[in-house]
Amino acid sequence: MQFFLEVLAGGLLAGVMYSMVAIGFVLIYKASGVFNFAQGSLVLFAALTFVSLVEHGLGFWVALAITLLAMLALAVLIERVVLRPLVNRPPITLFMATLGLSFMIEGLAQTLWGAQVHGLELGIADTPFEVGGVMLSQLDLFAAGTAGALVLVLGLLFNKTRLGLALRSVADDPLAALAVGIDLRRVWGVVWAVSGLVALVAGLLWGARVGVQFSLSLIVLKALPVLIIGGFSSVAGTIVGGLIIGATEKLAEVYIGPAVGGGIENWFPYVLALLFLLARPTGLFGEPRVERV
Amino acid sequence: MSLAVGAEISGARLRGVAVGAATRRAAVLAAGALIAFGVVPAIGNDYWFSAILVPFLVLSLAGIGLNILTGYAGQLSLGSAAFMAVGAFASYNFLLRVPHLPLLAAFALGGLTAAGVGVVFGLPSLRIKGFYLIVSTLAAQFFVEWALTKFGWFSNHNASGVISAPPLVVLGQDLSSPRGRYLLTLSIVVALTIAARNLVHGDRGRNWMAVRDMDTAAAVIGIPILKTKLLAFATSSFYCGVAGALWAFAYLGTVEPHGFDLSRSFQVLFIIIIGGLGSVAGPFLGAAFIVLLPVLMSIVAGRFFAGVIDPGHLENIQKLVFGGLIIFFLIKEPEGLARLLFAARERVRRWPLTRR
Repeated sequence: MQFFLEVLAGGLLAGVMYSMVAIGFVLIYKASGVFNFAQGSLVLFAALTFVSLVEHGLGFWVALAITLLAMLALAVLIERVVLRPLVNRPPITLFMATLGLSFMIEGLAQTLWGAQVHGLELGIADTPFEVGGVMLSQLDLFAAGTAGALVLVLGLLFNKTRLGLALRSVADDPLAALAVGIDLRRVWGVVWAVSGLVALVAGLLWGARVGVQFSLSLIVLKALPVLIIGGFSSVAGTIVGGLIIGATEKLAEVYIGPAVGGGIENWFPYVLALLFLLARPTGLFGEPRVERV
Repeated sequence: MSLAVGAEISGARLRGVAVGAATRRAAVLAAGALIAFGVVPAIGNDYWFSAILVPFLVLSLAGIGLNILTGYAGQLSLGSAAFMAVGAFASYNFLLRVPHLPLLAAFALGGLTAAGVGVVFGLPSLRIKGFYLIVSTLAAQFFVEWALTKFGWFSNHNASGVISAPPLVVLGQDLSSPRGRYLLTLSIVVALTIAARNLVHGDRGRNWMAVRDMDTAAAVIGIPILKTKLLAFATSSFYCGVAGALWAFAYLGTVEPHGFDLSRSFQVLFIIIIGGLGSVAGPFLGAAFIVLLPVLMSIVAGRFFAGVIDPGHLENIQKLVFGGLIIFFLIKEPEGLARLLFAARERVRRWPLTRR
């Protein structure tokens, strides 16, 4: 039982880390209907920029500020160069454009900062301590707290501010939003900037956990099943999805893995997500679609 | 709808088939066949055969497979490499375990096995639509790679899961020289391309396109959705499977499951984006582009930037250029190189009667 709880807790906390990446996805999907495959590259870019700046001798906060500015600049650039010319194209085209974008960002990040592995120290010890007989990591708890705060802030932003109202109206119907005078381009710039910010937070936490390197961009593949279980358009759904994926993934690895030779962490979340989808085709919290001919 | 242009092109082509046009097309095809089967084997060298022409043809075939699924039937897939892997490993096992099995039969059986696996992972497509569907093909991608690595039986208990090419003998002819491998690949690719062309221009192709453009509407006018989608998955996976077997045996010689990882799937997807979704010629153009671009870039880097750019950097710059080109194509020419070629041909045909 003790062991089970420990695996479960570890899985749940890892799941929260996945949701951090998935949140960035949801923001962009919600506001522009773009399935942004480049979110993982944004995470890599943010983490790599921050680490390299720190290694060049800048202080923590200065480096953070510069990275933040870089993410904002990147967001504006993406909106100008990639999204604006592709307005009104089918969603599949936009998805493929983000694939190209992820290649560009990865290439750019590694051309600028090199491809070696960097360590990242946030000043939070990644040491386990005991809570009620279960070993927990301080970093994981910090990550969970950050994710919770992030969801809260984003929830307030979406539901209680004028900007949030604009974002939701664009998500609902871009044409109608344009007709009542909402600046579509500004809204898109804002969501990309916000998801760049989320990517920075995710990049720092993941970087502190596994080191800053190319494989950081691959967590997009971990975030995908999370997103699918939670639904593409729900911020709260990503947290629930993350918890489900994180917990079942670890439990499956420990209890089912040995029977089939291990290493099932790669595909198990996808099969799980597939099963969820068969029951609920738009995820747990996704909006059901009405199809008209 | 950008995807509809492929259909438009073929429609225009069908209307344009007068007697004179038909003879002219036959002449062009005959000339093409003569060059591909006669001239190229006579003048090509081993480097061209093994490093450029064979991978180009194999990737084109995989591109046709994915294009049937994504470009014609509208089902986005990120699992092409998984189906290639199934084709390769199934062909290997059929040759290993069935005595006296002809090579081409093994390729066909490998393709059919891939088709079966494709149908299994295509089943959720009835219930799951759009981007949610990529979870199914990604599940295929990761599951197949894992299973082929984990279970030694698939690679005849090779320690690192590597399979090696059987002797490439067709009808008593030894085709293991670079030229032979080129001819083997070319013959299979040409035969399957003609089949694909006929398939997408027939009623099945029309059904696929109807499902792609709007599957609810297609269901309303009486197209059997499940059958149509599964047929697309099966056909596409068959093509990818045969391409995988050729990739393993005619191009690489030995291959491990990780040779068919997610980046290979992306490569095939880029081929059809750059070449043109919903066209048969597109994958060839896209594959040529993808095979030649790295060669070209390393030549340019070696000649003009020698010493300035090290190989590690070159790889990153290649990525940068690649991503940029994809975005450029999507913005400027969403129908890909096939559309550019078509427009150029039309311009040449009308010249000098009209400008532009």
